[in-house]
Amino acid sequence: MKTMDKALEPMIKIFAQNELETPWDRYAAQLPQCGFGELGSCCRNCIQGPCRIDPFGDGPQRGVCGAGVDTIVTRNLVRAIAAGTASHSGHAKHLAHVLKRWAAGNTPDYPVQDEGKLKAVAARLGVAIEGRSTREIAGDVAALALAEFSEREEALAWVATTVTPGRVETMARLGAVPTGIDSVISEIMHRTTMGVDADPVNLLLAGVKCAIADYAGCHIGTDLADILFGTPKPVVTEVNLGALKENAVNVALHGHNPVLSDLVVQAANDMQDAARGAGAVEGINLVGICCTGNEVLMRHGIPPLTHSISQELPLATGAVDAMVVDYQCIFPALADAAACFGTTLISTMSIAKIPGATAIEFDETKGLEKAREILLLAIEAYKRRQGKPVNIPATKSKVIAGFSTETIVGALSKLNADDPLQPLIDNIVNGNIQGVVLFAGCNNVKVTQDRNYLVMIKELVKRDILILATGCGAGAFARHGLLTPEATLEYAGPGLKAVLKAIGEANGLGGPLPLVLHMGSCVDNSRAVDVAVALANKLGVDLDKLPVAASAPEFMTEKAIAIGTWAIASGLPTHLGLVPPVLGSSLVTRILTADARDLLGGYFIVETDPILAAEKLFSAIQERRRGLGLPVQEAACTREVD
Amino acid sequence: MEKEILVRYERCLACKSCELACAVSHSASKTLLGALAEESLPQKRIYVDRIEGRNLTITCRHCEEAYCIDACISGAMHRSLEGQVTNEGGPQKCIGCWMCVMVCPYGVISSARMERRALKCDRNCLDETGTPACVGACPTGALVFTEVEEYEKTRRRQYASKDILGRGGINKAI
Repeated sequence: MKTMDKALEPMIKIFAQNELETPWDRYAAQLPQCGFGELGSCCRNCIQGPCRIDPFGDGPQRGVCGAGVDTIVTRNLVRAIAAGTASHSGHAKHLAHVLKRWAAGNTPDYPVQDEGKLKAVAARLGVAIEGRSTREIAGDVAALALAEFSEREEALAWVATTVTPGRVETMARLGAVPTGIDSVISEIMHRTTMGVDADPVNLLLAGVKCAIADYAGCHIGTDLADILFGTPKPVVTEVNLGALKENAVNVALHGHNPVLSDLVVQAANDMQDAARGAGAVEGINLVGICCTGNEVLMRHGIPPLTHSISQELPLATGAVDAMVVDYQCIFPALADAAACFGTTLISTMSIAKIPGATAIEFDETKGLEKAREILLLAIEAYKRRQGKPVNIPATKSKVIAGFSTETIVGALSKLNADDPLQPLIDNIVNGNIQGVVLFAGCNNVKVTQDRNYLVMIKELVKRDILILATGCGAGAFARHGLLTPEATLEYAGPGLKAVLKAIGEANGLGGPLPLVLHMGSCVDNSRAVDVAVALANKLGVDLDKLPVAASAPEFMTEKAIAIGTWAIASGLPTHLGLVPPVLGSSLVTRILTADARDLLGGYFIVETDPILAAEKLFSAIQERRRGLGLPVQEAACTREVD
Repeated sequence: MEKEILVRYERCLACKSCELACAVSHSASKTLLGALAEESLPQKRIYVDRIEGRNLTITCRHCEEAYCIDACISGAMHRSLEGQVTNEGGPQKCIGCWMCVMVCPYGVISSARMERRALKCDRNCLDETGTPACVGACPTGALVFTEVEEYEKTRRRQYASKDILGRGGINKAI
């Protein structure tokens, strides 16, 4: 089965009728995929290659330069981490440039919308606030953010000021403290090129250092997006193809950066009349795909349409008038589907062009004007579509999202205004909440879409595990109705249900919180770290002692590899639902899954069976509970929630 | 005994080097880069597939009682002096009736891209040591060019050392 999402089945049929390839078709055509690549034991880093290491022992065991399989596998892995780091950091850098330019008066369409967050971030970084204007503070914060990318001597500020002292110590001991984000990415490219670093352990530690820089980049992205566009508060909306409207100009926002998507949201507010004038009685209907969808969901309640591997399928409704994209996770195949179904595919970044797309160069100095230009193209597309039949499946689910750290702490403060984290800690200690699992990552055609997520979550919540989610993982849960109080009532174990009910009722919701707390986009995995750090600091332990784990059950991208690596560097047992390309080296495999535990506290659990994966995560959490002297599941019973 | 192209399936990593080498050996220039520049791109006659999680590389068996020779109405398909079954260089021209395609139980006869002519392994690819191109290209030794006796002896030894003597072993027979 290709996908668990029933909304997509009619779309897959329409693709077939139109002889359009889906990612599943393209994957089938790729089979069998090269085993050397799967094992990570192919090296293309110099023109004496490409070299392959024979896993069966009879053929070559060394590349032409003498690199063995441990070196080759590790070099490939840390290059993937560097690529992921470059992506998240590119996103963060973009926001930093915008903030800097606003402070200088060049981007009037990007005012600081959350002064509170600006001041909080400034204070954390040691930027003076008293008696200074918003522009001055913003300028300093932006300058510090941009400085993170350069050559410096000190640890990254966005690491040093956000994680526990214990983590900084661990990184220092391993020589894995990044001092500059672009610096470490560049260092990785240098170290992995032919004839530089051939020591696999040394290289892996470099990968960890780079991954920690990735974390800093993510955190910058979260902070600056909150400052510019607002810190997310709870939102209620709907998700999936049923959110499309036949009589509206449907515009899908795809990619990552709210620098683009937030402005389209703002511009759309002023163009509803223009849309109605063109015959779209329901105005402009914005929907989201992938992380930028999450950004505008969290801040504006824009409905998510779909995620990841199913990104092409909604075009088969014939109702997506325009799809506006910036960068990352955008399948070039969209151009073919767009041409087939009459969607105007609009690319907006000079660094991310797609053959077949209409390229509109986005300009932050006139962001709203550009956003309006984009929406006008969408309205034109709607006019061409008018009167033609559409195929919009009725499938949609309710979604409650917007769980920034601030929202979570705010919700907890209704239980304890002076010490909001205390009720959470009390319930972890008494076992009502056995632990926390953060679900992150993508979908992957190698797994029935959403299946691993859905099987795992049910196994975990019935064992009273609190679930946080981000990215397309949160999207998977959303599309199956799990971001709802109803899902809590149906699936949560007794302890978890009691806690979510208590928080929900204290906040006047008349019911429990949703089963999954959607914390945002993939860069917003940094929000989950903030929560974990707050808990750790309060408990007086380091992150590697907490009953907190992470899972990327269907990961796809290099970004996911980078995040997974900083998850283990943060001390979290981290599950991967697909086998990463490292098995060619038993040394690397052992370090990532076993030795990492001693070095970092965190480690990878690679398990493709979702039921076993949930069990392993639960065991890892129980082990942490035992380490803290907390009662484990067998002994715990539901206590009063105070 | 004749040498045959035999496959140790458990060693196939589906890198498709054999497919590339087979095609290149049937080009005019006999090099990969040269072949890319040729008007008529060369075609492979060996097939790497994946069925139920296992990689399968299949090539013509040059059968003794070849069905393709029986089915060939034009007389193009024949056994050469070296014992290879081929529809080229024989007494008659192939007329592209595809009877051989239909009767081959291994599915290893295909069609030339631009002409109505059947295409199959012809062993017209031997290097200076007499090794077929696919075997020479295989990086893991999944493809071997050896006598059946040698192959079966090796298999017996593997089985014995792994399953009887318990020495482990990297090869699990398909």
